Amino acid sequence: MEPVVEMLHIRKEFPGIVANDDISLSLGKGEVLALLGENGAGKSTLMSVLFGLYKPEKGTIRVRGKEVQIGNPNVANALGIGMVHQHFKLVHNFTVTENIILGLEPQIGFVLTLAATSRRIRELSEKYGLNVDPEAKIQDISVGMQQRVEILKMLYRNSDVLIFDEPTAVLTPQEIQELVKIIRNLQHEGKSIILITHKLKEIKAIADRCVVIRRGRVIDTVDVATTTESRMAELMVGREVSFSVEKAASNPGAVLLEVRNLTVRNSRNIQALRDLSLSVRAGEIVGVAGVEGNGQTELVEALTGLRSAESGTILLDGRDITKTKIRDRILAGMAHIPEDRQKRGLILDYSLADNFILETHDRAPFSRNGFLQPAAILANAQRLITAFDVRSGEGASSKARGLSGGNQQKAIVGREIDSNPDVLIAVQPTRGLDVGSIEYIHKRLVEQRDKGKAVLLVSLELDEILDLSDRIAVICRGELVGLVEAKTTNENEIGLLMAGVRQEITA
Amino acid sequence: MKFRSGRELTVGLTAVALGLLAGAILMLLTGNNPIDGYLYLFAGGLMNMERLGNTLAMATPLVLTGLSVAFAFRTGLFNIGASGQVLIGGLCASALGLTLGLPQPVLLPILLVAAALGGAVWAVVPGLLKARFNVHEVVSTIMMNWIAYWVVYYTVPAFFKGSFETESRMIPPAASLKIPQLTDLFAGSYINLGVLVAAASVVVIAIVLNKTVLGYQLKAVGFNRYGAEYAGINVNRNIVLSMMIAGALAGLGGACLYIGYASSMQLGVLPSIGFDGIAVALLAANSPVGVVGSAFFFGILQTGKGFMNAMTNIPPEIGDTIIATIIYFAATSVLIERVYDHFRKKSRGGKTGV
Repeated sequence: MEPVVEMLHIRKEFPGIVANDDISLSLGKGEVLALLGENGAGKSTLMSVLFGLYKPEKGTIRVRGKEVQIGNPNVANALGIGMVHQHFKLVHNFTVTENIILGLEPQIGFVLTLAATSRRIRELSEKYGLNVDPEAKIQDISVGMQQRVEILKMLYRNSDVLIFDEPTAVLTPQEIQELVKIIRNLQHEGKSIILITHKLKEIKAIADRCVVIRRGRVIDTVDVATTTESRMAELMVGREVSFSVEKAASNPGAVLLEVRNLTVRNSRNIQALRDLSLSVRAGEIVGVAGVEGNGQTELVEALTGLRSAESGTILLDGRDITKTKIRDRILAGMAHIPEDRQKRGLILDYSLADNFILETHDRAPFSRNGFLQPAAILANAQRLITAFDVRSGEGASSKARGLSGGNQQKAIVGREIDSNPDVLIAVQPTRGLDVGSIEYIHKRLVEQRDKGKAVLLVSLELDEILDLSDRIAVICRGELVGLVEAKTTNENEIGLLMAGVRQEITA
Repeated sequence: MKFRSGRELTVGLTAVALGLLAGAILMLLTGNNPIDGYLYLFAGGLMNMERLGNTLAMATPLVLTGLSVAFAFRTGLFNIGASGQVLIGGLCASALGLTLGLPQPVLLPILLVAAALGGAVWAVVPGLLKARFNVHEVVSTIMMNWIAYWVVYYTVPAFFKGSFETESRMIPPAASLKIPQLTDLFAGSYINLGVLVAAASVVVIAIVLNKTVLGYQLKAVGFNRYGAEYAGINVNRNIVLSMMIAGALAGLGGACLYIGYASSMQLGVLPSIGFDGIAVALLAANSPVGVVGSAFFFGILQTGKGFMNAMTNIPPEIGDTIIATIIYFAATSVLIERVYDHFRKKSRGGKTGV
C-alpha cells in the first residue's frame, strides 16, 4: 500500500511541555488509521500540525511522496487534506449549501449560483449515504447531521485525506452506528481516513491500523483486527486497565436528596422539566439517562441553584433548599461536577491553585480575616494535583486554560470530591476523557457511594450509567418515564425508555 | 505570574519607545532636531524641583483615574465614566471645602471621604443597571459623564459663583491639599497631599486585587461570571462593588485635581484626565504599580511640552501626538508580543539548532 501521507520525526513544543516528540506515522491509500491516546497525549496537536494550524519545531511531512510545507489550513485543503473538528465550524443561520460553499462561492459576476451547487451536494450526499438536505438551515438539523455537513464540506473540496477529531463525542448511539457506515463508504470510495479517538470500541469497529501515542511519543502501531481492546488500552495508558467497574452491592440508607414534583422552565421560558420526583439515598448512585436536551440540564441547574424552580420542592438531607442560594447549598453539603467544565467549572484565567479553592476561598485555611493564605492554597493544590493526577506544564501555577480537557476535568472532579459532600451531582463526569481517566473517576464516584454519600449521575453515555448506577431514572421530554434497577435492566430497555416508550409503572 | 508581569513591562516599554520614535520622526518632518526636542521635553518635566513637583502634581489625578479604570478592567468592567466621577468627586470636595469652616487637619479627611463617596455614588448607578438589567456599563457610564457635566454646570453658578463666569469660587487655603511643607520642598510647585493619597490608593488596590478574598471574587467574576456563579459567588453584588470602588478612586482623583492641583472648578469642561486614565491603564496593562509608572511618564510629557515649545519651534501638540502614538502601540500590544516571541524563539532556535 503506497502511503498518501507520511509524517516523519515530528516534534512540537509548548511552554513546559513537549506535545509531540519524534512522532512518525504513515497513512496508506484507502486506509482507516486510528490515532489512540489519552487526553493530552498529543493526538490533536499532531493533527493540527498536519492541518497547518501549528508549525512543528522539527520533522517533515510528505503527501503522495512529495515533501510539503503546510503553513496554514488553506495549504492543507489544496493538498486534499480535510478535517472535521470536534466543535463544528458552521454558520448556524446559513443553509447546508451556503455553509459548504463558504470560502469558494460559485458566482457569475456578483451573483451566487447556488442551484448547480445544491445539485452537486445532493449527489455527493447520496453517493456516500449522508442523507443531508442541502436546503436545510444548520440551526434546524441535528448534531449528527451537522457532522455530516462537515464531512460534505471536505468531499465538496475534493479532499481525499479526511481527519476526524473525536467524531463520536457529540453523537447518540444510533448516530455513531450511522457514522461507522459513512466512514466505511468513504473508505470504499478510496478516501484515506485518520481517526482521533480514545474509544476502543470504535477503533475496533472502523479502523485498520492503530497508532498508540502516550505522552507525546509513539508507543506502538498495531493491526486492529489482531489486537484486543484491552491490549490497546494497556498500550495507551501504560498499565493494565479494568473495563468493568468493580463495586459491591449497594447498601442504601436514608434519603439525602429528594425532589418532589419539580417543574422548571428553560431559558426560552418553556417547561423543560415537568412534575419530576426522584430521590437519592445515602450509599447509592442514581443515574439519570436520557437523550441530550430532555431536561437534564434544567434538572441539574434547579438542584444546584443556578436556575429557580417554577414549582416543586428540593430537599437536601430533609431540609427544604428549593429557594436556597447556591453558596448555602454548597455549605449544606452539595457538590456539583458541572456539565460544561470551561463555562462553569473553571476560571480559565486563574491558576490551577486558585481554581482548587473556587468554592472554599473565603474559609480557613485558605483565607484569614479576608486575606488569602498563599501557603495553604499552594499546599492544597499540590495535594490535589498528586491525589488526582492532574498533569500540567507548570504545576499549581499553570493557568487552567493551558491544561488539556481531561486534566481540567480531573481538577474539577478532584476539587468537588475533596469537598467531601453529602450529595454529589456529577454531570457528564467523564465527557471527552480517555479510558485511564474514566476508570479513575468511576472508581472515585463508587468510592463516594461506598462512603455513604448520595451520588446523582447525569450522563449521556449509556455504558457509564449502566456500569455505575444502582438505580436508573430515565427522562424524556422533561418527564420521568421510568425508574429501573440497574441490575435487572439492559441497554435495550433503557434505550426504549429514552426514546419515550413509557414503562408501565407497576409495583 | 512574575514572567507575565516582566513580559508586560517589556511590551509597555516597547510601546513607549515606539511612540517616542514616532514623535522623533514628526519632529524631523517639521524641520526640528528631535534630540534637542526630547532634551527640552524631559528637562521641562524633570530638570528642577519645581518642575518635578509639577510633574508629580500632574501625574497624581492620572494615577487615580488610571487606577480606577485598571481596577474596573481587572474585574471585567470598562469604566469610561471616570471623567464624570472626577467631576462629582471634585464638586463634593469643593462644595464642602467652601462651606465648612474647619481647620485643615480636620477638613481634609472629610473632603477626601466626600470626594470618594461622590465618585462611588456616580459609579454605583451603572453598576446597579448592569447587575439588575444587564445594561452595558460603557453606555451608562458615558451617560453619567454628561449628567455630571450638567450637574456641575448648574450647581456651581447657583451656589459657588466665582469672580469669573466660567469658574467657581476659589477654595480657602484650609480646604486645599497644598501644604506649605510640600510646596516649599518643591520650590513652589503645584504638588500637594494628593501624591500621598494616590500612593496609598495604589498600595491598597494592589493588595485588595492580589491578596484578599474580595479581590479573588472580583477577578473571578471578571474572568468568568458563569464560573463565579457556579461557585456561589454573588456576581451582582461584586459588579456593584467593583464599580463603587472604581468610582471612589476616580472621585479621589477629582479631589486631587480640583482642591489640589487647582483651587476652583471650571464650567463646561469634561476633565480629560478621566479619558487619559484609560490610556494610563492600557499602557500599565492594568497593573496598579504599572499605573504609577505610566501616569508619571504622561505627567512628564504634559509638564514638559510647554518648555519644549518655548525652547524650540516644536509645537506642543507633538507632546499630545506622542501620547496618542504610545496609546496606539500599547493598544496593539498583541503585535508587539508576537514580534517579541518571534525574536525570542529565533534566538533560542539559533542556540539549540543544528
